[in-house]
Amino acid sequence: MSYTPHTPEDVRKALEKIGVAQIGELFEHIPAALRDPELDMSPPMDEVELLAHLRELAQKNEPASTLLGGGVRKHYIPSVVSHLAMQSEFVTSYTPYQPEVAQGILQATFEYQTMMSELTGLPVSNASMYDGATAAAEAALLAIRHTGRERVLVSQGMNPEYREVLETYLLPMGFQVGKLGLEDLTTPVAAVGGDVAAVLVQQPNFLGYIEEMEGLARAAREAGALFISVVDPLSLALLKPPGEYGADVAVGDGQSIGNPLSFGGPHFGFMVVREELIRQMPGRLVGETTDVDGRRGYVLTLQAREQHIRRARAKSNICSNHQLMAIMAGIHLSALGPKGLSEAAAASVANAHDLAGALSSAGYEVLTGKRFFNEFVVKLDENAGATSRKLTRRGTSGGIPVPREYGLGEALLLSATELTTGEEISRFVSALNDVAPSARMVAR
Amino acid sequence: MRGFDQNGDFPLIFERSKPGRRASRPPRRDDVDVAKLLGEENLRSQPPALPEVSELDLVRHYTQLAHRQFSIDGNFYPLGSCTMKYNPKVHEDAAQLFSDLHPYQDESQVQGALELLHGLQTDLAQLTGMDEVSLQPAAGAHAELAGILIIRNYHKSRGEDEQRRIVIVPDSAHGTNPATAGMAGYEVVEVATGPDGQVDIDSYREALSPRVAAVMLTNPNTMGIFESRIDELSRLAHQVGAQLYYDGANLNAIAGRARPGDMGFDVVHLNLHKTFTTPHGGGGPGAGPVGVKSHLREFLPVPIVRKDGDGYRLDYDLENSIGRVRSFYGNFGNLVRAYAYIKTLGKEGLRDVSAKAVLNSNYMARLVEEAGYRISVDAPIMHEFIAQPPAGIKTVDIAKALLDYGVHPMTVYFPLVVREAMMIEPTETESLETLEEYAELMGKLLREAQDDPEAFREAPHSTPVRRLDEVQAARRPVLRYRPPSEG
Repeated sequence: MSYTPHTPEDVRKALEKIGVAQIGELFEHIPAALRDPELDMSPPMDEVELLAHLRELAQKNEPASTLLGGGVRKHYIPSVVSHLAMQSEFVTSYTPYQPEVAQGILQATFEYQTMMSELTGLPVSNASMYDGATAAAEAALLAIRHTGRERVLVSQGMNPEYREVLETYLLPMGFQVGKLGLEDLTTPVAAVGGDVAAVLVQQPNFLGYIEEMEGLARAAREAGALFISVVDPLSLALLKPPGEYGADVAVGDGQSIGNPLSFGGPHFGFMVVREELIRQMPGRLVGETTDVDGRRGYVLTLQAREQHIRRARAKSNICSNHQLMAIMAGIHLSALGPKGLSEAAAASVANAHDLAGALSSAGYEVLTGKRFFNEFVVKLDENAGATSRKLTRRGTSGGIPVPREYGLGEALLLSATELTTGEEISRFVSALNDVAPSARMVAR
Repeated sequence: MRGFDQNGDFPLIFERSKPGRRASRPPRRDDVDVAKLLGEENLRSQPPALPEVSELDLVRHYTQLAHRQFSIDGNFYPLGSCTMKYNPKVHEDAAQLFSDLHPYQDESQVQGALELLHGLQTDLAQLTGMDEVSLQPAAGAHAELAGILIIRNYHKSRGEDEQRRIVIVPDSAHGTNPATAGMAGYEVVEVATGPDGQVDIDSYREALSPRVAAVMLTNPNTMGIFESRIDELSRLAHQVGAQLYYDGANLNAIAGRARPGDMGFDVVHLNLHKTFTTPHGGGGPGAGPVGVKSHLREFLPVPIVRKDGDGYRLDYDLENSIGRVRSFYGNFGNLVRAYAYIKTLGKEGLRDVSAKAVLNSNYMARLVEEAGYRISVDAPIMHEFIAQPPAGIKTVDIAKALLDYGVHPMTVYFPLVVREAMMIEPTETESLETLEEYAELMGKLLREAQDDPEAFREAPHSTPVRRLDEVQAARRPVLRYRPPSEG
């Protein structure tokens, strides 16, 4: 199959105008030794063959479970969201460098920025980042630029993958990354050193528990460090927003507000900051202005921060962002509204607590020493990895084995969303009972 | 009934909002006492002021916004260096087949997805002439960062990191190249472009030294010219121990016909949203696989997909990996689309892409030249070319005037080294008729500009808004909506 429209007559006509006899001549200035390599690739497929091949691959996958969390979860996305976001004008346009003909993308982005500002309680959102992990890393770099200090402190409760990405971004530059270890499932409030540029804490943390953000933010502020809050935007329908507890920057991954799982990407990252930090902000920003007739319109603004203007001295090298995924979130938030969003979040919380209750009734030790949102840890008497695989083989979710670094022994991280059903919960508990019965229950 | 207010302002979704209205209802539970479950002290005091609209209001709003937007599907979009080719619809169906997969599912449950990723890694390695490819980076600039960090780890492993503090880029390079080098802690040295549009070899020689860590090149370069002395550029760089980095922004010109790996490049990144036609989405998401020669394998970001017997697995065990550059496995949805594209075209189809991209660009250059513009470099043209308007006429005015005719302008004022640059990339999916209409229009605009320069500078007239005051936007930034009551 081919997407080129040229008839043989077209090719002849174009070649004649150009003044060469064959298309091959247009490549003759490439040294001969480099031209026309041997390539070992499969033969072309027509549309029917392609779809058959892809369906065959897709059939080798199992659908996702709502009990699997760890940074992304299967949430409700209204049908209308993808219909509107996937309109071809949004999907097949480029970066809005010509604002007169890009008001669709620009205004949708301005609206998205407003919604993120509302959710986080901070005034300035950029147009999007790649994902939560890179947004957190870029926020740490922002703090280093702003404070002139070269060390950041990161809570162990921040998603382990985010911490790895942060190290990839910071360590080669000679910056230091210190760790705030969890104590009893959350980050202890402690004095912060005067050499610290930023303190990064995730709320709810990777294990699902609710951190004492107010105290942590105060400790950072007292040391002259920025407080960077890594948040799940859906949780902000209910939980105190970063702006209310004195965070300077809120970052995170937007998957929970309207992006499909898609095996981990694309979703989008977001970054929202206090006014004073605007000029250190990486990424695109959309601002309001007027046209020559006085009509309201939107443009990319404060571009002097960015790579295409500032080059080697740019605040970041980011160019392409995840605009479409952010616009999808804006549509999702508008579809649900404040009420729908808090209903979804509350149902997700309630279902997770139901799951925890059911496990507890079945004799499992659920860690409830601290309050949790929609994820939590259950302890096992048997190897967590093996148990997870056994559960998978029984056709239920395997949960996520809790990483060793948390010192919780054999344990699974479980989640629930507003899509989780009572039947799913009982099926999981009964499967777990079969593959890894609780010793306490057996003893009873 | 478009909902404009008296000033003709198009409303924001917030201005269509009315308390108590709503569109979708999620599955909900009536019995939830969130204060009890989460603790009163942890709850927000005020609900976020999100829009409250009916589903039809929502649909009208975003449909009308879409109508205020140019796109490839609606408009010719010859944006140089961006490769705005047609994005096949079947790719959207392809991505749908894989949307309900969680990244932490057991590998046994996602074998089809892993097989697809492995296939894409293999095909991209073939097409670039590299030994191993990681699909992790989210975009071109992100892949550049991964690539430069790979090079930095390589030098470190040889004890040369302290000594090698410089990255060389041509003065015509994309801004991301120097920005990436800066972000990875390097000093940037620019080398000049010669009159033939290629890297000036004397300036290049002078810049090279054992202090250089990497040379970042695009080929064809950002002037649209193939660096025909690439063998020498490569030899000279390697002679001083530097690594050669290939920015894949312009691979569309040579897809299936020449490979960066054969030219001596050590690291390559690709922009799947350019050559491999994943949609641009109004600025992203893209996808930026990064490929390396075997001596750099151990430094790639993790994970890499491996084939083990009949199955596939994620390999995190790379000795000197730069680490993770993002969460999970890359922009998987885009990777599915690129995979579908490669499988549809095969080798001959990809060679047809580069053939017609270069044919269209050369044809268009002749037409634009006949229309009265100057083609700025006298050298063989590849997939794009740079034109300049006659003296006295500004590129920005031509670009704005084009908007009234329903076509998107070319890339303007890039590369920075060419005065009044207009970079035109028609891509292979456009017909000759479209190119002819465009060139004719370009000629007509020149005449208009000469006949009535005053009126010409006022274009566009028929777009949803006209020229916008960017100075005001930057001087008094308004970056979110505030309801009138908040001032």
